[in-house]
Amino acid sequence: MVLADELAKQQRSISVAEFFEKNKHLLGFDSPTRGVITTIKEAVDNALDACEEAQVLPDIYISIKKTGNDIFRIIVEDNGPGIVPAQVPFVFGKLLYGSRFHQIRQTRGQQGIGISAAVLYAQLTSGLPTIVLSRTGPKESAHRFEIQIKIETNEPDIISQQPIEWDRTHGTRVQIEFRSTMSAKKKLLEYLKYTSIVNPHARFRVELDDESFTFERVSQEVIACPVAIQPHPHGIEFGQLKRMATASEEKLLDFLVEGFSRVGKKSAQEMCDKAGLKGMVRVKGLTTEQLKALLAAMQAVAVPAPPSSQCLSPIGEELIRRGLDKEFQMDFVAARTRQSSVFSGHSFMVEAAIGYGGKLPPEGTAIILRFANRVPLMYQQGACAITGCITNVNWKAYNISQQGLPTGPILILVHVASTNVPFTSESKDAVASIPEIEKEIVLALQDLGRDLKNFLSRRDKNKVAEDRARAVCAIIPELAAKVSEIVDKPLVDTSPIEGKLMRKLIAKKWTRDNRVTIEAINYAGHDGEVSVYDISHDNAADASPKPDFVSEVEGQFTKVWKVIVPPQKIWRVTYSGKGGGMLDIRGIDDNKKMVVDLDV
Amino acid sequence: MSKDELDKKSMKAMLAIASAWYDQMKAGEVPYISLPTRTKYNIEYDDASEVWKYGDKESLRTAGTAKSATHLLKMAYVIGFVKQQLIENRSSTLREMYYISEGWKRAKFGAQEESNFLIEDLEIISEVPREGFHLHPEENGASIYGPMRIKEETRRGLRSIHCQDDVGQAGYTIPNNVENIEFVDHDAKFVIALETGGMYDRLIENGFDEEYQAILVHLKGQPARSTRRMLNKISTTWDLPVMVFTDGDPWSYRIYASVAYGAIKSAHMSEMLATPKAQFLGLQPSDIRDYNLPSDKLSEKDVEALNAELTDPRFATDYWKKQINLQIDMGLKSEQQAFAARGLDFVTKKYLPARLSEMGII
Repeated sequence: MVLADELAKQQRSISVAEFFEKNKHLLGFDSPTRGVITTIKEAVDNALDACEEAQVLPDIYISIKKTGNDIFRIIVEDNGPGIVPAQVPFVFGKLLYGSRFHQIRQTRGQQGIGISAAVLYAQLTSGLPTIVLSRTGPKESAHRFEIQIKIETNEPDIISQQPIEWDRTHGTRVQIEFRSTMSAKKKLLEYLKYTSIVNPHARFRVELDDESFTFERVSQEVIACPVAIQPHPHGIEFGQLKRMATASEEKLLDFLVEGFSRVGKKSAQEMCDKAGLKGMVRVKGLTTEQLKALLAAMQAVAVPAPPSSQCLSPIGEELIRRGLDKEFQMDFVAARTRQSSVFSGHSFMVEAAIGYGGKLPPEGTAIILRFANRVPLMYQQGACAITGCITNVNWKAYNISQQGLPTGPILILVHVASTNVPFTSESKDAVASIPEIEKEIVLALQDLGRDLKNFLSRRDKNKVAEDRARAVCAIIPELAAKVSEIVDKPLVDTSPIEGKLMRKLIAKKWTRDNRVTIEAINYAGHDGEVSVYDISHDNAADASPKPDFVSEVEGQFTKVWKVIVPPQKIWRVTYSGKGGGMLDIRGIDDNKKMVVDLDV
Repeated sequence: MSKDELDKKSMKAMLAIASAWYDQMKAGEVPYISLPTRTKYNIEYDDASEVWKYGDKESLRTAGTAKSATHLLKMAYVIGFVKQQLIENRSSTLREMYYISEGWKRAKFGAQEESNFLIEDLEIISEVPREGFHLHPEENGASIYGPMRIKEETRRGLRSIHCQDDVGQAGYTIPNNVENIEFVDHDAKFVIALETGGMYDRLIENGFDEEYQAILVHLKGQPARSTRRMLNKISTTWDLPVMVFTDGDPWSYRIYASVAYGAIKSAHMSEMLATPKAQFLGLQPSDIRDYNLPSDKLSEKDVEALNAELTDPRFATDYWKKQINLQIDMGLKSEQQAFAARGLDFVTKKYLPARLSEMGII
């Protein structure tokens, strides 16, 4: 027997399920810790997508409980539209089965792999089937399924199915048990926090063993569900064109106008001419060569960018700000939603936000929040085009320190929404480097950088005043003490310096040779209209200028001068006496004056 | 200047700074001090002394901000510390002062560079070298070997030392304070300052100092202040030519430059530290070519440094332009010990005699 025959015996087709069993990392199940996050992420993505389609405000319940040695039970329940019983086994028990793969609009999930991969992972690690409850409306009864996947054939294996009582009128609940650890708890909570930021219309309740958390919604508005559009002629590949052509009964001209977005009669005719084809031929009958020519012609003809207002669903600047505000207490938040743009015929839109200060950690590199179609990207930050763009911005120009990534109490959020987000791999952890997308991200960040710079320079002005106060109140007195010690002289009084630096009105009183002198010095920028109160045993009969008011109580004379001291001027009074007593300034805020008795 | 005179001058200068601040504060003024700007943009060539010095750019440091006030406070603590050292006639290393500052609370130093920098500031303002503050750097251990006799005022009394007869084979260790040395007499024709210990040892082992009446100084890489001061004093006291023999790479040329012209960090002391008559002996890029020495490729940084030197006024001579351009063209550098490839005696029997006679020294 020849070798080829030997080999032929071993050659057979591989089921998708078998393939993924061997390549768990492709779907984000490379480690037990990661499995939890991926499962919850897939279930939550599905729940949010479903609620969006049904136009309800999502109320999502998540529970994680340890049920045995290393075995965790994960429950995700939503108030979405539910799934009809006939479809449930396929949605959960067959890889690559989904409703959104063929649609051109912004959705979280796409390929129909995620949740069924979790089912597969559960059956591989714990051997337990996944339990699904779903109800499509108050008139329908709920159904309970126990599902696994037949690995060899990638078909659902329904272990049990029965109608059941459920208090929800509509929604889906999925319960998956698999081997894992809770070491990624922090990351999980981070994931939920980030998800809640970009889904401000959703409420998440989480039960983690015995702890519970709620991520409250900040918006009561249901977000508009993106509408599917036709493929754009510039974003299509040969396989898809061939599939569409084979399925079509139409003539070429109509096929182009009706099957693709933004193609009018005129450009359709141009495409036909360029491809050397008649507009009246049936597309079904086109040969491979002709289709190739058609594809080339479709790329060559200028067609407007695909419409984005319906197929994309940006979060919006206001809601991003509110979402961030809710989860991080910061001094400054700004957000930008860029105009939609196009790469290879796919619409996309970039949103970004910058937060600064507040409770953010003051040191270390910036917190980066990456999102694609409202889904947080939790892994492979270094491999992501978003991170690359953040690194490429010259943050120093906005007074932010930078070591690759910006550093300091700064948070950067970037959301890429697209009908087809280009990921680097199927685990959907990192956005691929597409120049059109990168350009938009950088522009958004630079725009925000300018806002942040303005904020910082305003804040710095206040800081200068505070800094001065600290220098004057704490450091200069210490300097005075040390210097006085070195030169061996009495401690020098620094309060006048304080007044000078603090832009205050200072009153001083001293006595030399039986002459009392009182000075009021105005270091403030405007007139100081004050009353000088001097209470002592001196009657100040020869005072110059004369007091405006004098009264005596048991040998204590209260002398009052009403004065207006212009900025940078000194008002002075002297009289014969022994000094002592007390001096006060009234008619001015306490923090704008300072009274010093130099005799004490 | 004798030690007593220096101490007196130092004390006077310290008190002058403190008194100025005292008077400023007494007059209700925010205390301030003016310092020369210490960047390379404020370095000027002084034709009279042939060294690089600070120019007249000054910056005023006023205690109006927390940062500046803290700077003045630190300076005040250092002045207080120096005053105490002068009164008690003690001395300490810069490192020790850095640790002592731990107890100064708000005035404590964040890093040793900060305290070193502040001491340099004080030197500039007071025109007193730091020896006058009784502060010295860590023992550097650079050494000297050759036919010369000095007297050193040590803490254990006056010692008379001949730098060939009275020292071990590693030579006489240059002390931190060269001011305490009296230069008695010598029998030397020239001085060779060597970058590496290996070459220093080689010359001693081969008896080069005796054969050619040479004083050998080990620079130990980028030379410490005391080493540069020593060269300066030998050169000025005895009027001996000084040759600098380093590796053949851009960083070693900077060692030569700091010996000959001074460094930015110590530009205020250039007159005391630089030896403008010092000549570059080698290793020249042309030696790599002429003697076919084992070599390494220039790195990107090396080439950058060479290009920077082409625009450096200290290297603005035809000799250096030719040598540096030659090196960039060759793309090679060699260590001075590469001469060993031609035999251990090659450097003392062939290269140095040839090079020194070419330079007109022997």
